[in-house]
Amino acid sequence: MNRFSWTRFVAVLAKEFVQMRRDRLTFAMMVGIPVIQLILFGFAINSDPKNLRTAVLDADPSAFSRSLVRAMENSGYFRVTRVVDSYADGGRLLETGEVQFLVTVPEDFSRRLQRGERPVLLVEADASDPAATSNALSALLNLNQTGLDHDLKGALASLKPGPPPFELRVQRRYNPEGITQYNVVPGLIGVVLTMTMVLMTSLSMTRERERGTMENLLATPVRPIEVMAGKIVPFIIVGYVQVTIILGAARLLFEVPMVGSLAVLSAASILFIAANLAIGFTFSTLAGNQLQAMQMGFFFFLPSILLSGFMFPFRGMPEWAQWLGEVLPLTHFLRIVRGILLKGNDAGEILPELWPIAAFLLAAATVALARYRETLD
Amino acid sequence: MSAVSPLAIEVRGLTKRYGGRAVVDHVDLAVPRGRIVGFLGPNGSGKTTTIRMLCGLLTPDDGTGTCLGLDIRAEATEIKRHVGYMTQRFSLYEDLSIEENLDFIARVYAVPDRQRQVHDALKRLGLEARAKQLAGTLSGGWKQRLALAACLLHQPELLLLDEPTAGVDPKARREFWDQIHSLAAQGITVLVSTHYMDEAERCHRLAYIAYGKLLAQGTAEEVIAQAGLFTWQVTGDDLATLAEELRRQPGVEMVAAFGASLHVSGSDRRQLEAAIAPFRGRPGTAWAEVQAGLEDAFIKFMRDAQDNLQ
Repeated sequence: MNRFSWTRFVAVLAKEFVQMRRDRLTFAMMVGIPVIQLILFGFAINSDPKNLRTAVLDADPSAFSRSLVRAMENSGYFRVTRVVDSYADGGRLLETGEVQFLVTVPEDFSRRLQRGERPVLLVEADASDPAATSNALSALLNLNQTGLDHDLKGALASLKPGPPPFELRVQRRYNPEGITQYNVVPGLIGVVLTMTMVLMTSLSMTRERERGTMENLLATPVRPIEVMAGKIVPFIIVGYVQVTIILGAARLLFEVPMVGSLAVLSAASILFIAANLAIGFTFSTLAGNQLQAMQMGFFFFLPSILLSGFMFPFRGMPEWAQWLGEVLPLTHFLRIVRGILLKGNDAGEILPELWPIAAFLLAAATVALARYRETLD
Repeated sequence: MSAVSPLAIEVRGLTKRYGGRAVVDHVDLAVPRGRIVGFLGPNGSGKTTTIRMLCGLLTPDDGTGTCLGLDIRAEATEIKRHVGYMTQRFSLYEDLSIEENLDFIARVYAVPDRQRQVHDALKRLGLEARAKQLAGTLSGGWKQRLALAACLLHQPELLLLDEPTAGVDPKARREFWDQIHSLAAQGITVLVSTHYMDEAERCHRLAYIAYGKLLAQGTAEEVIAQAGLFTWQVTGDDLATLAEELRRQPGVEMVAAFGASLHVSGSDRRQLEAAIAPFRGRPGTAWAEVQAGLEDAFIKFMRDAQDNLQ
């Protein structure tokens, strides 16, 4: 007869608590993960982004155009950050992601409006991420009704009833049908690379330490830079295989448009892969065992996915979260990969997104090399 | 590299501290070239730490010295090229095959004519047929042989072996020691740490460390003489009771059971003889003065070190 024994149960229970307390990192995770999730999901993430960056090209400055722009800003969704003089300038801002909307007031707007010719007010949106712009675009519909209420006075009051005195034309650029996959699938390249590159490197290094093979390796004449390079190159190849698989699927399964140059994309991928490997290497110099390395990888992965603009619109987040997001390589890589595939960005246009990744790589590699010991001290 | 020094290892004041505690405390060690030096001491006495400092795996907090004529601080990288270090725990890759492991080590040391060397090593090991077998699937004895073969690939001048025979069966141990002796005959210097007394006796010289302090070094005879012990051997019945009684006598420093006999030792001959006199006539016991053994000497060193600490 072997009944449930409270003594034995308590023995196991007590042991578990002692071990839980010993493993500081796991303990920190148990407290840290809920706190991070609360902060990120509670404060940072906003699926109804407002104050989106907007450029205005006003070829006919008038009371009407000012009212319309003010009305757009009053909706809360648009924030005019740039005023441009030519359509080409505006287009470039849209292309590089500097702004998400370009509002064009054509020449003769006020004159034609007053004549009742219903001139066109053009709003172009960067629709590569449909979720980021769709609410703002629906808010535009109000503009039709009320945008010029105050200006249609006196002789123009006759324009008030009936159809709006101007024609609002909305163009969804880069993804006119608003297909979510066009945005998500290219982004997956970055997410998958982040997840596997960080984990694989940190695990492969900590495994050496955990199994004791590190001691043997350190006793040989092999140099840290040789170990680092030797371990990183295979993963770069693995990374490229992953990129190829996802790109193939994007093309064949999801029919994602690929406007830009794949050569530029692969060149940019090297930098991004290297940055992730460097952070993985850094984790491995900090972690005591493979479990801790996994946990650190998760700690890095969570904000990467939430704050990079992969799952939720980047511009919808509060300022502090955007700053945090700007630090992460994934944020910049997402802009690069979407920019190249959907908008046809060339090498010059992705340059502003490359140097933050390079800076991150430099910082992570410096920490990793400084922390990597040629001794067991 | 200066081949002039007759010493393969010559260090003075070697010290390593962890959290303020000296794990290795001002150790002076001299190992002559071509000799086998046994490195003895209880668990946690600083053997592994000392060996790791000698091969550049740990940076000493204090002390100076040379290994193969190379400075242990400034020329650690160069030392690594000429030293074969066998770790206490099997530290080759368990998920690589025997051949792949040897090949990796040979590449890392840039061994000339690599494939032939690896092939020869496999042949010497008698593992040609199992070259493709994963190293992790080998038994303890075979792992040890493989590890030794791996650290001989680059033809080191000095072997540092950290408890190489722990968990290895007697036959494999014997073969291992035969190989160590033939290596020494070829001029290779060996520093080997061990817990086994029979292995200590197979070394040319010994060094004994306890609580981080080197307590004695020299040949076995010299080490025993340094202990300054007088020992009587008792055989007979009910030795357990006798041992209890003897331990309480002043002048008796140590009573140790050796199979069917007791070793009763003290450092003052007159006091010891006075102490055992009442027991010598006890029926069923036979007494004889013997030469103190290595083990007696080591226990004495450890006791003294313990007394000094308290």
